[in-house]
This record gives sequence, structure tokens and C-alpha cells, in this order.
Amino acid sequence: MIPVTPPPTETAARPPREKKSLPSFVWPLMALATILVIVGLIEPAFFSIRIVEGRLYGSLVDIVYRGTPIMLIALGMAVVIGTSGIDLSVGSVVAIASAVMAHYIHEGWDPASVIAISLAAGLACGLWNGFLVAALGIQPIIATLILMVAGRGMALMINGGRIPTFRSDFFSFVSSGSIWIIPTRLFLVVGVALILWALLRRTAFGLFVEAVGANPSAARLTGIATRTVTLGAYGIAGVCAALAGLVITGDTRSSDAVNVGMWSELDAILAVVLGGASLSGGRIYLATTLLGVLIIQSLTTSILMTGLPPEYNLVVKAVVILAVLLIQAPKLRIQVANLAAAFRGRGAK
Amino acid sequence: MDVSARPRVAMRGITKTFPGVKALDGVDFTLQPGEVHALLGENGAGKSTLIKVLTGVLQADAGTVELDGKVVRIGSPAQAQDLGINTVYQEVNLVPTLSVAENLTLERQITRFGLVDWKKTTARAEAALARLGIAVDVGRSLGSCSLAVQQLVAIARALDRETRVLVLDEPTASLDAREVERLFSVLSDIRARGISIVFITHFIDQVYAIADRITVLRNGRFAGTGPVAEVPRMRLVTMMLGKQIESDFAARPTADSIVEGATPLVAAKGLGRSRLMQPIDLSVRAGEVVGLAGLLGSGRTETAKLLFGAEKADQGRLEIDGEAVSLKSPSQAIARGFGFCPEDRKHDGLILGLSVRENLILALQCRRGWWRQLSRAEQDRLAGEMIQALGIATPDAEKPVGQLSGGNQQKVILARWLLAKPRFLILDEPTRGIDIGAHAEIVALIRRLCREGLALVVASSELEEIVAFSHRVVVLRDRRKVSEIAGEAISQKTIVEAIANS
Amino acid sequence: MRERRLPIMATFVVFVLLYGLGGLTFDHFMSTRVFGNLLTDNAFVIIAGLGMTFVILSGGIDLSVGSMIGFVGIATATLVSHGVHPLVAIMLLLVLGVVLGAAMGYVIDAFEIQPFIVTLTAMFLLRGLCFVISLDSVPIKHPFVTAFSDFQIPLPGDGWVSGPALVMIAMLIVALVIAHLTRFGANVYAVGGDAASALLLGVPVRRTIVGVYALNGAFGVMAGATYAFYTSSGYPLAASGVELDAIASVVIGGTLLTGGVGLVIGTVFGGLIQGLIQTLIIFDGSLDSWWIRIVIGGLLFVFIVLQKVIMRSVTALGSPQAA
Repeated sequence: MIPVTPPPTETAARPPREKKSLPSFVWPLMALATILVIVGLIEPAFFSIRIVEGRLYGSLVDIVYRGTPIMLIALGMAVVIGTSGIDLSVGSVVAIASAVMAHYIHEGWDPASVIAISLAAGLACGLWNGFLVAALGIQPIIATLILMVAGRGMALMINGGRIPTFRSDFFSFVSSGSIWIIPTRLFLVVGVALILWALLRRTAFGLFVEAVGANPSAARLTGIATRTVTLGAYGIAGVCAALAGLVITGDTRSSDAVNVGMWSELDAILAVVLGGASLSGGRIYLATTLLGVLIIQSLTTSILMTGLPPEYNLVVKAVVILAVLLIQAPKLRIQVANLAAAFRGRGAK
Repeated sequence: MDVSARPRVAMRGITKTFPGVKALDGVDFTLQPGEVHALLGENGAGKSTLIKVLTGVLQADAGTVELDGKVVRIGSPAQAQDLGINTVYQEVNLVPTLSVAENLTLERQITRFGLVDWKKTTARAEAALARLGIAVDVGRSLGSCSLAVQQLVAIARALDRETRVLVLDEPTASLDAREVERLFSVLSDIRARGISIVFITHFIDQVYAIADRITVLRNGRFAGTGPVAEVPRMRLVTMMLGKQIESDFAARPTADSIVEGATPLVAAKGLGRSRLMQPIDLSVRAGEVVGLAGLLGSGRTETAKLLFGAEKADQGRLEIDGEAVSLKSPSQAIARGFGFCPEDRKHDGLILGLSVRENLILALQCRRGWWRQLSRAEQDRLAGEMIQALGIATPDAEKPVGQLSGGNQQKVILARWLLAKPRFLILDEPTRGIDIGAHAEIVALIRRLCREGLALVVASSELEEIVAFSHRVVVLRDRRKVSEIAGEAISQKTIVEAIANS
Repeated sequence: MRERRLPIMATFVVFVLLYGLGGLTFDHFMSTRVFGNLLTDNAFVIIAGLGMTFVILSGGIDLSVGSMIGFVGIATATLVSHGVHPLVAIMLLLVLGVVLGAAMGYVIDAFEIQPFIVTLTAMFLLRGLCFVISLDSVPIKHPFVTAFSDFQIPLPGDGWVSGPALVMIAMLIVALVIAHLTRFGANVYAVGGDAASALLLGVPVRRTIVGVYALNGAFGVMAGATYAFYTSSGYPLAASGVELDAIASVVIGGTLLTGGVGLVIGTVFGGLIQGLIQTLIIFDGSLDSWWIRIVIGGLLFVFIVLQKVIMRSVTALGSPQAA
């Protein structure tokens, strides 16, 4: 195809555009605030927070509490999306980690070893995905589809086709207990977020991921080991999904390989997109990704609170995604800008 | 040939302006029936704009197009095709996963009652190929055919409709000698049928092998035309480059900086890759600048990429400090102290979404590895130093690099490598698309770097610059090395002669 | 040997091997009854897969078809319970499915949003609408539906061809004609192979993409109707995850996930292979059901890697810059 662009010209003469862009967290924060305010107006009890039996209760606490598994998954997803990839298999990885955990608790392993082997299983799943993408060059959606399909089968196999239940004071504490008045799992999310932040921003890994996501060709020519970076990103997503599996399973005290973490990959992707990241990669936003999860979760909780039937949840979610996608789509922005310009042009005459 | 006959195409006074640049300025172009007319020019000469006007992709601001004596308005590629003007683009624009027959008949299938009659449709495809004397199994997927066959299929598709003018945009760029020969024999047949062919190419030898007439454009203006026999190579190259020979804008560099004797820092011995670059010998010593000169498409970028390992060589070897190494990837080259500023800044160089600071420290950070991250304070210091040292015009280091001007972007890439402290730097078109002031700064910078003991290979289409900074010049033509000029013998005149002579 | 036909050859080989394995291991496996059941049980997945084949051939993907099947079931059931004739209900839903599909195709092409995301939205939307219509299973009681689910054409031996199987065969014929005997079909292959080139060759890309998703919408509705009539009920959670089965049918049927290469008939065999695996595991009795997913995942892996290798050989010469 002949490019229709004019030949390259020197643009130094043109004054650089001086347009301060808003910090990345403004939009998701405003979206979250809007939802909360609207719900608060309809149902003032929404904002009440009390202490019952030595821990915090209330709708706001509930939103954060229920959001934690998706937060963990979404943090890993944010890194993968930063490489301009995607991971559809995280839901299945949640199931696998859950099954591994239940299995080894039954084997009588101590909690530390159970955690270690569950996370190792998650890491192995992530590295498998990374291998398909980085080494075999398979499109991320397709590569992770394989584990998405097969993963729940594997989890069922580990569970022996049953839904094993267990008792573990330690995992109950981690998942549904609290330290002082604050749920333990919040510490877990904050801890994971901090570790990831340190890994991304206190080593060069984050910069390399963003470089690979934004321009793989230039990243390679600058000397970045693009394959290793990609492998690492998927590994992280696997570990994060496994952690989410531990939290969910610790709460239910059973491993339901068919249903655990169902649709979580979609919620996690949605959270990352709501957090302002582009699916074409190049930037990782951890904090706004967490905000994205809160938006999704508060939508769900608000629908319950405001008396709308819960069955509208998915419909509302679909409308919100569509709105966000259309706002983000550069093509639509250009068309809207052209329309506005044409309108102004006519107005000027 | 009867040149006095009414021309097939007469373009007169074609002018086309893009914001900020006049791409075509009153250009005339005539095409006779049954001739192969080579259209030549360097980057930005305006030949692709002229072709786009002819094929309806662009509309001229001024000027007329006559087809067989009648003034025509060509508003779109579809209209051009209806007028019998068909185009085959450089990157074969067919669908590789479809079969040859499907490609030939897409949207032109013979249908009965709304359903495609594949038997008749395939027969039509076979007939179209047979007319060009091409024997190929039409059921094969196009992608599994050789590039030459793909090119021929594209031509067959173009000629399957009534054709008066066939435009070939660099059809031979990725063909080998035998494939070119085959293409040319087909072109001769087409010419014999009275169809006019516009042939755009960078290969000088091919112009003399197939073309009847030549037209040269330069900087959007008509630079000359004539029958091939009346335009010798030397005049052709001078027309294309258009430089007043022997007007070097600066003194020649001194040879003091070169580390004499000893083994060269980097030496390529017969380094090449089939279909990409003929084997080449090239060596650089510390403190030396070796210029790569040649016309567009002569193999400058290819040579640079082979040296850097960005294209894997399949012939010859590379020696660093006299020791043979095999570079499988850029990261191996970088680990040995190589640096590479690519020609295509936006695609291969900059990471546009990232800030100036992040782009600057990227190569240094790569050399340091994952764990030894440069602290933010250190990043800010290094970025500040480089912005000042090279005079990068940016309000601050946090600006996305995509918002800088071309010259400043080029400086960012250069600065990125300078921070990584390489021993050997490859620059591909370091002054492409930047203003005259920045040109001089970059030339001065190249001289300074080589005084500081760096070994440099600089590919450039600007002969003035090559002469201004090179200690030795390797001259390329048609993807091979044709000459090497050293020291005082380097001048625009000697380089042009080397490019022109067989 | 045409490389691009290699995956479909692999599909046939896998099918024959699995079928032969069943026949050698178990009595009655090769009976017409088992085969008839295989067709009946997998009919709706295969119909969904046929629509998916066009989508994937064009270089896209559709995640909404499972929700579409559930939605069609519950909507038909509710409409019938309000006295609408089932066929009229299906007609209405066909229009809706085509319009929704066309809208998705338009958004995908006009705004350049990834098909994966757009169809994901539709998946949420349709599943949400299922719950809005009803939270419980709704039976479909109508003489026509009873007749459909009781309908049988006897086969030699003790087997028969059921209503769903007949619908599947009819839809297959429609799909085959569209894919291989129309310009639209040829354009789908061209767009999936290289959209930019297709545009220069005169293919109306926008119209083709919109048409593909509209067609897929129609197939989704037909799959949903088949499923609902066969089970004589609608259930809001019905057919969750069937989009994955449909995609797997297409891939195991030898169609390239990157688009441009594949055959409609392959999808039928891809769906039947999944059914065969299920049947084999049930016949065996000692193997557990999770092996179905694992084996299908393994097959997916093999086919995707096979495709990758083939695409390399097909396009290696095609692009001059190929490294």
C-alpha cells in the first residue's frame, strides 16, 4: 500500500504542544466517586461503617473485601497487558491452585509448604503461557486459551472429581480473619501490590515490560531480552492468580474446580482497562487497576443495595464496558473531534 | 520507437503541495505507447507522489493529465483502473493464504445465479497466467510461491483487465538475479503488446537492462529525461543527486584520531545474507569513521543491520578485535559494546509512549541488567546531562518523546547510545528528516565522538556529510560493495563516479 | 501437498483414529445408534461452530455465542408461554441475532476495537438479559416442540437421525454454500488472510466484517433454538462456556485462528471429535470426565502449534523482511 502521508518534514518550527495531561488516577477515581455518590444518595446507609465482633463491617468494607481476589488477579493481568498481551487462563489457574492447595492440606502439609506448592503451580501455568507466547510466537489470546480450556480439567483431576472440603485455621485466618479490625486479606493485597511495585519500579523490569509492550522492535534493537521479559510477565500473572485461588479457597474451605474463579479473567481484564491501561500495551498502572476492581465491585454491591434486581448486574456491567471502550477508542475520538471541528467551522461562518 | 506519435500519457505542470512542503512543482512526464519508462529519484524526489497522482490515490493541485490525447480526471484508484491504468506495488499486495487462482479472481469471479462457477473462474485465472507465459499450479497458496511468481501473479491480475498503462513500483526490490531476468522477459512481452510500463526502481543496472527512456525527479522538480542510450550512468547519478560536485561544506577530518596498526575493532569478512545483501568486506578501527555511501536501496541499511546482528548473516563472519564472533541478536552485539541508531526512528528506535528520560536511559539500563536499576536521581542527572550536552530541545525530561521534533528525536537516540558508552556505533541516516541546523550539529557530534576514540560506521544519502566526516568510504550499489575510497581521495566526485561505474 | 490443507488432514486422521479406537475397544461403538446420538448431542455446538468458523476465518473471534444460546432458550420459552408460536419466536430472535451481530461487526471494524472485547461485552449483555427475563428454568410446552424432539428418521441398524441432527445438516449445507460458492465467502477468506491487501484488491472489507458477525448471529440463534427445542426448556445459565467448545471445534477442525485458512466441513469434524472423546470416556467407564477437557486442551495445543509451523512455511517467502 502506498502511504498517503506527505514526505517527512522537519517539525521543529512548530511549537511543541503544551498540554498538561491529568494524572492517570483521576478518571477511574472520578468514576468510582460518581458511583458511590449516586448510591449514597439513594441509600444513605451505604456509607455506614461499624465495628462488629472486633472487625469492620459495612458496604464500603464489603466492596473492598469481596474485591480482593480479583484485585490479586488484576495486578498480574496489568503486567501482562503491559507487554501488549492478555491472559485468558487466570480463572483456570485459580482452580488449579485451589485444587493443589486442598490436596496438600489433606496430605497434611504445613501451611508454608502448601502455599509454596500452590504458588509454584501458578508459576508453572504462567510460564507455560509465556513459553507459548514468547518462544513459539503464538498470539496471546490463542495461547492462553489452551490452558483456559484444559486447566479446569486438570483441577478436577487433582480433586478427583469431587469438591474436597477441609479445615485449616491458618488459611481461614488469611482469607476471612482479621488483624486488629482490618481483614487479613487486605494486608495480603497491599503486600502483593507493594512487592509488584518494587519489582516493576525498583528494578528495571517495569521499564523493560513497558518498552516491549509499546514497541517490541525498538526494544529488541535496544538490547532488551524481549522473550525473557514476556516470560516473566506471564509468570507473575500465574502467581497472582494462584494467590487469588488461595484466598477464595481459604474462605469457602472447599475446592470447587468447576466454579471457582469463574469469569474472573474477564473481570480482571475489565479492571485493568477501567484503570486506564490500553490493551495495546506499553503502560502498567497498578494503583488504578485496583481502583478498576473497586469500580466493578461497587457496581455489583450498589445494584444490590439500591434494590435493583441483582440480575441487572451483568447488563449494567456490559453497558459500562461498552461506554469505556468507546471512549477509549482512538478512532471514535478522531471522528468526534472531526465532527466538532466541522461544527465549529460552520458556527464561525 | 516512434516518439513523435501521440503519447499514451502526458502529465503537464503537475503540482502537489502538502502542509509545509511542495512535493511536486510543475512536473512534466510523458509516456509513449509500448515503452518501458524508468522513473528515478532519491528519497523525497516526488516520484511516488507523481505515481499517486497518475493512479488516482492523490489529486494534483495543478496540472493536467492526458490519456491518449484526451484530458482525464482521475479521482480514485478505481477510476484509474477503469481507464486502464493498473498498478503493482512493491510489497506484493495479494493475500498469501489464498490460492493463486483465488487471488487472480477475487471480486471478479464468474458467477451463475449468484453462485461462483469455480470451474470457469479457475479457467480464467489459468488463461491470465498463460498469456504471460507463467506456468504455475493455480491451486497452490500464493504464499508458498516464490516472490518472483507472486510478483508475476500481481502483474497478471493487473493485466487481466484492459490495460493501457502498467505501473510497477519497485518490483525487483526483493528478487534475485534469476527472478529479475524472468520478470524482465515478461515485461518485454507486455511492451511488445503496446502496453506502456512505468518502472520505478533503485537498481541502476536494471534501468539500463530494460528501460527505453528515463525520467529523473529531484526535490519535487523535473530533473531530466531522455532515451536510455543518451543518458550515461555518470550523468544519471549526477541528475539524481543534483549536487554541485566539489563544494564540500567543511574541511576533511584529520586522521589523528585513528588508532594505527593493530587489528581493526570490527571487521566484516564476506558478511552477507541471501536476498538481502551480497557478501561485503568492511573494517573499522577505533577513532575512525567509515561512511556507507550509495543511492536509495543500494544496501546501506541492510549493511548496518547485518553488522549489528539485527539481520542474521548467513554468509561470512564478523571479527571483533580480531576474534571471530557470531552475532545472533542485537543484545549480543550490545553486550560487546555495539550501538545502533536506526533509520526508521519511530518504528525501530524510539519508544514513543515513554518519556525522554526513559528513552535516554534504556540502553544503559540494558547493559546494567535488570537488577542494578539506575536510581531515579541518577536517571534525572544523566538525562539532564545529555539534554544539555546535545542541546535536545525539550521543556523537561518527562515529556513523551513522541512530542519532540525529528531532529531532537534523533538526538535522543544518539544520546541513548552515548550513555551506554559503546566502542562501536552504527548510525543509519542520522540526519534524515531533520533541519539544516541540526544537520551541522550532528556532523560535529560525529567528529567529536570519533576523536574520543569511538569507531563509527555512518550510512547516509547525503554525500556532503559523508565527505565531511568519513576517513574511509565504502560505496554500495545494488546491494553490493563496489568500491572503497580512503583519505584524500574522498570527494563527492569520486563517490559519484564509484556509484555510476560498473 | 498443499500445506494449508494439512490441518484438515490432521483433523480427519484424528477423527478416524478415535472412531477406530472406539470400534476396536467396545462392542456396539460403530453402531448407527451411537453415531446418531453423536450427531444429536453435538448438533447445537456444531451449529454454533459453523458461525464461529466464518468469524475466525475473517480473523476475529466471538465469545458471546454461549450466552446467545442461553438467551435464545429462555426468550423462546418465555415467548411460547405467552402464546407465541415457537417458529415465530425463532424468526423474531433471528432478526435480533442478525442485528446484534451486525452491530458488533460494525463496532469492531469502524472503531477498531478488538473483536475479543466487543463480543465479551455482548456475552455479558446477553447473559444478563437471560437473568432479567427469568431466574428459573422455563419449560417449553408446545405441540411443535414436542414433535421436533420426538422426530426421528430411522437408520439401518438401531439408530436414527433426530431433529437437531437434521437442523445441523441443513445449516451445514447453508454454511458450505456461503463459504465456498459465493463472492462473500471468498471475501471472508481474503479479509482474514490480509485485510489491507484485500481492500486494495477491491474487497469491501467493512461490509464483509459486518456480514460475518451478522451471519454468526443467525447461526447462534439457530444453535440456541436447536438446544431449546431439544431440551424443551429454557434456562438462564444454559450453555455457559459453549463459546469455548465452539472455538475448539473450529480449531480442531483445522481452521487457522489467525484467519484466512480453513474449511467449514472441518468444524463439523472438530465438533464430532470432541463428542467422540466424550463418548469414549463414557463407554470406558473407568476414566473420569475431566479427561475430556484435558484431552481437548491437548488437541488444541497440537493444532495451534501445527498451524504455527504451517503458517511459517506458507508466509516465509511472502514477506521480504521475514527474519
